[in-house]
Amino acid sequence: MMTIAQLERKASAIRQDCIRMLTEAGSGHSAGSLGMADIFTALYFGGIFTHDPAHPDDPHRDRLFLSNGHICPIWYTTLAHAGYCSREEMLHTLRALGTRLQGHPHRKALPPIENPSGPLGQGLSQAVGYALAAKMDRRKFQVYCILSDGEHDEGQTWEAILFAGKHRLDNVTAILDRNNIQIDGMTEDIMPLEPLRAKYEAFNWHVIEIDGHHHEQIIAACSEAKAIYEKPVLILAHTIPGKGVDFMEFQYEWHGKPPNAAEAKEALRQLRTLGGKIHGEHE
Amino acid sequence: MTCKANFLPFVLAKHLHAKLFTNQVVQLPTRNGYGDGLVLAGRQNPDVVVLCCDLTESTRSLAFQKEFPNRFVEVGVAEQNMMGLAAGMAAYGKVPFASSYAVFSPGRNWDQVRVSVAYAEANVKIAGAHSGISVGPDGATHQALEDIAITRVLPNMVVLAPCDAHETRKATLAAAAHHGPVYLRFTREPSPVLTTPRSPFMIGKAQVFRTGTDATIVACGPLVYEALLAAECIAGNGAAQRILRDRYPALTARLTQSALPGHTRERAQTVTVWTPESIRDLLSDIGRRDIEVINSPSVKPLDADTIAKSAAKTGRVVTVEEHQITGGLFGAVAEALAPRCPVPILPIGMPDSFGESGEPRELLEKYGMTAPFIIQAIGRLLS
Repeated sequence: MMTIAQLERKASAIRQDCIRMLTEAGSGHSAGSLGMADIFTALYFGGIFTHDPAHPDDPHRDRLFLSNGHICPIWYTTLAHAGYCSREEMLHTLRALGTRLQGHPHRKALPPIENPSGPLGQGLSQAVGYALAAKMDRRKFQVYCILSDGEHDEGQTWEAILFAGKHRLDNVTAILDRNNIQIDGMTEDIMPLEPLRAKYEAFNWHVIEIDGHHHEQIIAACSEAKAIYEKPVLILAHTIPGKGVDFMEFQYEWHGKPPNAAEAKEALRQLRTLGGKIHGEHE
Repeated sequence: MTCKANFLPFVLAKHLHAKLFTNQVVQLPTRNGYGDGLVLAGRQNPDVVVLCCDLTESTRSLAFQKEFPNRFVEVGVAEQNMMGLAAGMAAYGKVPFASSYAVFSPGRNWDQVRVSVAYAEANVKIAGAHSGISVGPDGATHQALEDIAITRVLPNMVVLAPCDAHETRKATLAAAAHHGPVYLRFTREPSPVLTTPRSPFMIGKAQVFRTGTDATIVACGPLVYEALLAAECIAGNGAAQRILRDRYPALTARLTQSALPGHTRERAQTVTVWTPESIRDLLSDIGRRDIEVINSPSVKPLDADTIAKSAAKTGRVVTVEEHQITGGLFGAVAEALAPRCPVPILPIGMPDSFGESGEPRELLEKYGMTAPFIIQAIGRLLS
């Protein structure tokens, strides 16, 4: 398990590789991917997940369902860093013909990927179904689901929230990427979602609100989530889309496009120097 | 023209109910076979689970719920969620049967079926109740006439439309044993039980229910009975002809009196209203012929070998289904025969129209899916 300082450096390295990967692919979703780098890093390197790249089929492993499949570049990058595929494959094959790293994930693309996603609103149902089946067999692992704020426009998301509340699925930890943007603009302009916390609580969920870039908070929230009985848990993670690259941060225009070569160069410089805060650049 | 066929079909005439054209034939809704099959599958495999969207009784999931309450999941009126839940349970290792009306599942939740199930190759069984126009009084919104088309088009999907309650029970068990997505459709109304408990059933296999040389009928679902009735009438079977004679005076009266206030006259004018006399004239025009009848419950994968072999022998085909003629069994048969045995094919099915309220028997008649229409189509192909 890494220290907080190590996690922050790992997250920066993952962001940099994600930029390289997106730039080479020439298409893909930048803002959401960068915004979730800290959470993915903490899950895989912060001691939250029970997982073993040498035994990806271990029945005791924790499961992760990604619902907003378009941020898969950050998942692929994290999985490569965790040892599930080579860095070469990660950097050079995103969205290429014949690749395992599809533009939106296919189930079994890489071993820990449990579900296909892309069409928004489907992932929580899948995660909840998986968790229900695990409950039937009294299995102990945790089922995580990462979902976006925009996909709360989808009715199916709320169907799944209702269902998990009814069944008190305390083996479900949903992590909501609350970055406030979607393709056409800000979520509260497109279709207001607030008060999200109260809505989940009214549906019989336990809600933990965190800064989604604060590794200590992410780890503490996931630990708390495991300790909650009789309720599914939502970690409402406030994130900054495009986090770490100033011209991408908070810009919904960066939802669905990759940087060009010049933008990538500047993005990588900012990430290496932590936005100019340090002189010694790190990988 | 050379037509190739590699497989010998099952010849199953001996497996049909012995008293098919008497009033002793049992009438059961095919959904009952689903209910029986679920319980058997549940006993055979502890991983079988059933999900249902507030339609437990009418989809016949109730018996499973009673026997295995801990393996039954009431989802509420939320078909999209149900399909996602089923996909998640399948990813875990369960064998979920997701049950609802076909208009809602796979209708309303088609994207979930496409991505969460078919693309994922999830081991989910989708059970669509109340398929076809014979749903009756509930009207067009509840009559699934597009479900074969929208499932057949999905890669990895198996599509089954069994002909009676026995076959639906076997199809349910076959679906449970098959690893991968399966869509299984069944119907609400009682229909003749024309097979026996011993008649074989296999995914991907059609069965020749009646052998003949002059034309081939390929049918699925309860209308297989109408296909057999049509073939027997053309063969001069007095018992079969008597069934039609007895059926029509009352039906003719009901159809001709249907010009109620607000009734669409345009459609009424296009409807052929059969009478015992017009059926007799139709049959005498055709003369005695020998018609092959193929039951094709496995719409996908289609048993193209059996169908092509028959088409090569008879040179003409009629397809029969309780479904839109676009995209269903007609489409599947036409696609299979076009490259290897292109013979004339006429479809019996829903003529690019929505249904409406009415009694099942009236609706099948009004939209042209009963034995006299099949006989008429064969007559057109023979002339």
